[in-house]
Amino acid sequence: MIQVYTSSVIDATADDVWSRIRDFNALPIWHPSIADSRIENNQPSDRIGCVRYFHLRDGGLIRERLLALSDYDFTCSYSILESPMGVENYVATLKLTPVTDGGRCFAEWSAEFDCAASRETELSQMIGQGVFQVGFDALKRYFATRR
Amino acid sequence: MGLQRVVRSCIVDAPIERVWAVLRDFNSHDQWHTVVAQSAIEDNKTSDRVGCVRNFTLADGNHVREMLLSLSDKDHISTYTIVEATVPLMRYVATVTLKPVTDGNRTFWHWVSTFEAPVGMERDLRDMVAHGVYEAGFANLKNYLALGSPSKAPMPLVQPVTNSGAAIEAPAIRLRDYGKPSEMQLESITVPPPAAGQVRIRQTAVGVNYFDVYLRKGWMPDFLPLPGTPGMEAAGEVIDVGPDVTSLLPGDRVVYMCPMPGSYVGIRNVPVACTTRIPPDVRDEAAAALLLKGVTADYLLRDLGHVKSGTRVLIHAAAGGVGQLVSAWAASMGALVVGTVSTPEKARIARDHGCHHVIVGRHYQFSQAIQTICQGADVVIDGLGNAAREENFAALARCGHWISLGQASGPLQDISPDWLVQKSLTFSRPVAFDYVATQAALNERAERIWQALRSGHIRSPEVELFALRDASLAHERLESRQSAGSLVLRPA
Repeated sequence: MIQVYTSSVIDATADDVWSRIRDFNALPIWHPSIADSRIENNQPSDRIGCVRYFHLRDGGLIRERLLALSDYDFTCSYSILESPMGVENYVATLKLTPVTDGGRCFAEWSAEFDCAASRETELSQMIGQGVFQVGFDALKRYFATRR
Repeated sequence: MGLQRVVRSCIVDAPIERVWAVLRDFNSHDQWHTVVAQSAIEDNKTSDRVGCVRNFTLADGNHVREMLLSLSDKDHISTYTIVEATVPLMRYVATVTLKPVTDGNRTFWHWVSTFEAPVGMERDLRDMVAHGVYEAGFANLKNYLALGSPSKAPMPLVQPVTNSGAAIEAPAIRLRDYGKPSEMQLESITVPPPAAGQVRIRQTAVGVNYFDVYLRKGWMPDFLPLPGTPGMEAAGEVIDVGPDVTSLLPGDRVVYMCPMPGSYVGIRNVPVACTTRIPPDVRDEAAAALLLKGVTADYLLRDLGHVKSGTRVLIHAAAGGVGQLVSAWAASMGALVVGTVSTPEKARIARDHGCHHVIVGRHYQFSQAIQTICQGADVVIDGLGNAAREENFAALARCGHWISLGQASGPLQDISPDWLVQKSLTFSRPVAFDYVATQAALNERAERIWQALRSGHIRSPEVELFALRDASLAHERLESRQSAGSLVLRPA
């Protein structure tokens, strides 16, 4: 089992960051690597068990199931059902925590998955930096212009 | 009534290992938290035993006994409860959690507690916990970690993560023959991972001293065998640390002075005992320009000169790096400072740095002037050497102290006891490194330098920057005696 953990500090309240990322169908709005997204079967995006169907900007198709969503803990967990990445048993959690000092937000994005041993380093890097950190950087840029 | 809950969190600009090394010690708060005056673990237990009880005496006189309920080095969590207190916090349970901020190698610190409070006191007690304990604790620990004062430096109980690192390529100045500045050439070296007792430093600023010129000229071939790299000091950032080093962590900003030459490089392994941390309010270039000269001024005035109000100090090359520091610092101690310089322009600089009287000239004629100004000097700080031998003797007052710091005109000849006895003179020939033989001594002197900077007793030197590859130009500049500031090389 591979574990990836990326964390950052965003200069906005956890409430504000949460309202930008809470919608399970909103990836194309805030994550620069995602081209489009829809929720399968016309389900609401905050219904646990719903599936988002989206494309990366490079064309890859990914389907992910919402496993948990908490407006109380600012937490969202999901699993990958289908992807071109070559990962199995992939479960990820995105979590926000308020930083009371300065009214900022501590953001954590972690994942666990299995993959071919030869690709562990490449995938850890790609997911931790290429997906998670890129997402955080986009949030930091977005909120930097709004404070 | 009802359960009260207080949550406070902050970001600490230090790696999680460093913050956890302090917070995991259930008995550390009296070292860093101003609220806690005394702390002791009861029954001779160690502070990492779950179930141990710490007994706090607070600064306001209150007493609190707290029991450690859980401790996790895996998740960086410590949970504890108040078992007895003179403040009315009931059923108080608190949890400290640290998490790494991977984006920037910082630490998220979360502190939460729940408790019950007497009716009417809920708000006061919540405020006391939130501001007086948690937020004050954030500020106190940040301060403690940033200043890292030697007597209070935490000894991490967990081994810091070390970069198991490979060898790293770095630029280096090499001297293949003694002689002119142009003998110094840029080459590439391979720097291995740090050995036991060492830290590997990515250098950002290298201090240039006149001593480096002596080494380059081959005046001390035992000190710098060929091929060799000159340079006694530098500042930078710790890349990784040797297996047994616990006092520094990767990312720490440090400055060092090392009796083994070799600082004209991009990356270097140095003994941890030669290093001291740079406070947040001091820049790398200033630290690199100041450490060796500042330590020199410190031991000259404090240990050797015993300078106090009214002491008559004669300092040669008063506009030079050491001269400026000695003049300013001695003047702040109430000394009468007389300086010699070679040009009127330098006289202006020397006066600007605290010299009360300045004697201008290139021909080592100053003893008459000293005798006229103050009937001789109690302390002569002599960087001139043999050409000024008779003049220095004549400039000294009875029972004066002749400190031979440098020998710009050549090695001093024949300083015999029978000569010194004529005026009951004392003669010293000090080497800076003997005055910082332990890290504690270095930390103590460095702290005095930073403090003198803050209080304005000395000034941050004007730094002239040169690229590392231009070390030869820096030496030419230094030897031209045109520069009035401090010369610093930048490796990158």
